[in-house]
Amino acid sequence: MAGRRPSPGRTLVAFFVSVAVLFGLVALAGSWTPQLGLDLQGGTSITLRAEGDPTDESLEEARKIIDDRVNGSGVAEAEVTTQGGQDIVVEVPGKNRRDLLDTVQRTAQLRFRLVACSQADGRCQSTTGLPDGVIPEAPGAEGLTGQPQDQQQGNNRPSVGFGVKAGTETDGPTGEPSDEPSDEPSDEPSDEPSKKPGKKGGQPDAFAQCVTAAADDKLIDDPLSWIDTPTTECVTAFSQYQCPADGPASPMSDDPDAPLITCDEDGVAYLLSPAMIEGTALSDASSAIPQGEVAYVVQLSFDGAGTNIFADISRGLYGTEKQFAIVLDGEVLSAPTMNGVIVDGNAQISGDFTETSAGSLATSLKFGALPIAFEDDPLTQVIGPTLAGDQLSAGLLAGGIGLGIVMLYCLLYYRGLGTVVIASLLVAAAITYGMVLLLSETAGFTLTLPGIAGLIVAVGITADSFIVLFERIRDEMRDGKSMRVAVESGWKRARNTAVAADAVSLLAAVILYIFAAGVVKGFAFALGLTTVIDLVVFFFFTKPAVSWLARFPFFHSGHRLSGLNAETLGVDRLPAGGTV
Amino acid sequence: MGRYSRLGNALYTGDRSIDFVGKKWLWYAISVVLVAVAILGVSVRGLDLGIEFTGGTQYRVSLGASATQQQADELRASVSGTGVDGAASPVVSTLGEQALLVQTGQLSQDDSDTVARAIVEATGIDPAADLSQEDIGASWGADVARSSLIGLAVFLFFVILFIWAYFREWKMSVAALVALAHDVAITVGVYALLGFEVTPATVTGLLTILAFSLYDTVVVFDKVRENTAGLGRGGTTYARAANLAVNQTLVRSINTSLVALLPVGAILYVSAVQLGASSLQDLALALFVGMAAGTYSSVFIATPLLVDLKSGETEVVMAERRAKARARAGDRYAAVPGYVEGMAAPVEPGTRPGPAAPIAPSAPVTAPRTAPPRATEPMGRGRTVPQARGPVGPSGASGRQQPSRQSRSKRGKK
Repeated sequence: MAGRRPSPGRTLVAFFVSVAVLFGLVALAGSWTPQLGLDLQGGTSITLRAEGDPTDESLEEARKIIDDRVNGSGVAEAEVTTQGGQDIVVEVPGKNRRDLLDTVQRTAQLRFRLVACSQADGRCQSTTGLPDGVIPEAPGAEGLTGQPQDQQQGNNRPSVGFGVKAGTETDGPTGEPSDEPSDEPSDEPSDEPSKKPGKKGGQPDAFAQCVTAAADDKLIDDPLSWIDTPTTECVTAFSQYQCPADGPASPMSDDPDAPLITCDEDGVAYLLSPAMIEGTALSDASSAIPQGEVAYVVQLSFDGAGTNIFADISRGLYGTEKQFAIVLDGEVLSAPTMNGVIVDGNAQISGDFTETSAGSLATSLKFGALPIAFEDDPLTQVIGPTLAGDQLSAGLLAGGIGLGIVMLYCLLYYRGLGTVVIASLLVAAAITYGMVLLLSETAGFTLTLPGIAGLIVAVGITADSFIVLFERIRDEMRDGKSMRVAVESGWKRARNTAVAADAVSLLAAVILYIFAAGVVKGFAFALGLTTVIDLVVFFFFTKPAVSWLARFPFFHSGHRLSGLNAETLGVDRLPAGGTV
Repeated sequence: MGRYSRLGNALYTGDRSIDFVGKKWLWYAISVVLVAVAILGVSVRGLDLGIEFTGGTQYRVSLGASATQQQADELRASVSGTGVDGAASPVVSTLGEQALLVQTGQLSQDDSDTVARAIVEATGIDPAADLSQEDIGASWGADVARSSLIGLAVFLFFVILFIWAYFREWKMSVAALVALAHDVAITVGVYALLGFEVTPATVTGLLTILAFSLYDTVVVFDKVRENTAGLGRGGTTYARAANLAVNQTLVRSINTSLVALLPVGAILYVSAVQLGASSLQDLALALFVGMAAGTYSSVFIATPLLVDLKSGETEVVMAERRAKARARAGDRYAAVPGYVEGMAAPVEPGTRPGPAAPIAPSAPVTAPRTAPPRATEPMGRGRTVPQARGPVGPSGASGRQQPSRQSRSKRGKK
């Protein structure tokens, strides 16, 4: 507190204005009841049936990844279980959460491949790779694709770098990730033959020949040269292939070591090299709107090895019209050209994403690919609460009674000062409730019964700061200071104690939130929230309130009911120091 | 409350003091016994893990009519009423419009048949057509436990660093961690002994205890640090200063534990008496036991342990020696009675002395060593009269010397 001390009255006013703003935000968010968890309110159950006959290990691994995806933000407290060796059941709080389907069941096999030829650029008309520069338009930044485009505004925008990037790729015409699952289960475990039904368009044997011939191709290990002179059989297969009308599909299994012929959302076919980078090389994925743009993109960061390969690709492709393709689950998401040499391992996928679809894709990519694919049309059902209805009311009643006793005790022991404890507790409870409401709306925070119990306990722990402060003030007065001096010097000491002790709680909250999964994440979140609220109330409400009360003769001259008279302090004579 | 406040003052000034540090072996013994019982309980009875950890059995009940919450509640009561071990706290919920879902722990074939019969009796369905049964896996597999443990390890590492940095004292970190381990062990032991089911709520409760135990220890240690800061000057020993610190924070410890435990106790009572087994009860029990242990261990375990750890340090040893020397020298004021309740008032001049007040000297009276007598000092008005420089004539000044007027150059010179 350098310079003049802020007047307690002003601090209090500012504090209450802030609380009013908080509740104003809650009113804007428009819900006065928090989102309740599965045990109190029920929710949506999504049953995913695995294709084929997965092993228990791969089912468990898939369960874990899906758990990470739905609990990625850590506060929704969804439950994911395996059932009967075949199903994975996702239970999410809230009715009708069909919007989660994509996030949950997307296999999320992401691969970066190089484009040998596509129907849009007309390469591969002859099997001798044309020299660079003679290539007609790539559906890249120019956006000239010759394809009917369905309302892709933002597609012709100039590329904008983000951060320290030397340049970014702009995308070709990409589709948004479809809302129905792609009917193409990609990525069987490698050495299994693809069980894909229906080879659409083109001769299956042509594709098989492509794969076998490519395996013998000496260039196949160097995709950067391979795309200039693709294996002849693959070009043949590609030229015979027409994308089916009913959305993207690949006639081939998405084998990372073999070339791939597939389509994007708009029915443009591509002949792609073997995968250069796998989704496992991603260290992070997030969705955002880059500065100066209007549409959502998914931003990717590669780990060390991925960064190096990506830098090689960008060196090889920079300055040419050659494209690389971002392939998700066997479907081309986008096929950008390189506008710069990217060496820091940051890429982005743009397309006409909405906030939801970009976030969903980022989440799926971030937590890795599923080892199994699921059948279409998962069963979604509404489930009821798992706890009897009387539990919530009984728990709340018990907590309320407990808090009532606490307040009574504080009044008895601290007398006049007890009112400060009670007011502080009420204010802390109000702020906590407001924050829970706000976070229910914005972060999907859900309250489970244990969570409610935890909050009630936290309010009890919150009172500890006040007790420490009052005991300090009393001790200072026992040392012979007048109340107004004691409040200030006691505050200085109590503040250090409270901050140090709360720092321990905060440390626990932050670290557990970073490391833990599922329910523990939710707990850590709640713990951190209540600790911060405790500190805020302590600094900006309790202390100013005590300072303010110290101005009244009732308190500083030791009225019998003030809690600061000689008898209560246990001293013979109250320290001198009346009005100042 | 007045007496309690008086006690608070007496504790603060050190007039009354409970010897927490001196009786440390008693506290250690109590804790060792408790922890031993806890470990024994866990090893003999084991922990009863819930569905979330072990997986279990799921029954799907198709009613053919609309399923209501009330039916789910009735079914829950009848399934838990079968007395089957794994089905004491089944999870029952409505599923879609016309079905109920019952989840129990892992059951043997006989138990499973018992539960199925109970479901059929409660709902009146045709067991062949409308009841399907399948195994469910653990939603709280080893991976969640592992990630939580990693988080815990990292947290403890940072807490050690934090306490060390804040108190400049790694021994405080050690003492705080020992107290923490003690609290967790006792809580887990109580779980094992009571046979409560360990659910995710329990894990949450345990983590809360971790945070609370450390929090409480930091509050107490903060006072200890404050009292032991001036060890070289204060003429006290580390043990005594630490003990005074604990005594001074005792009122706060009692109040805080009351305030924190009352709501939890109320929840525990209501959930145990009224509701039977539930996740609420699991959580409340973990919190209640853990917080009580946490407050206890800060005072009775962490502080004496800290004193033990510090007892080898040079500075602390020197302070002990100085204190011993002072004690040998005796207390000059040992024979002066302190004020005790009921002591006769000091005899005012002009009144008859009453019966002599009983004086309880608080230390044996040895012949006190006093300083040698000093030279006689001027008495009276406390001013030594200077030698007169000249004859002093009579004046009306009642024998007091009067200032004589002197020239300015002479004034102020002696």
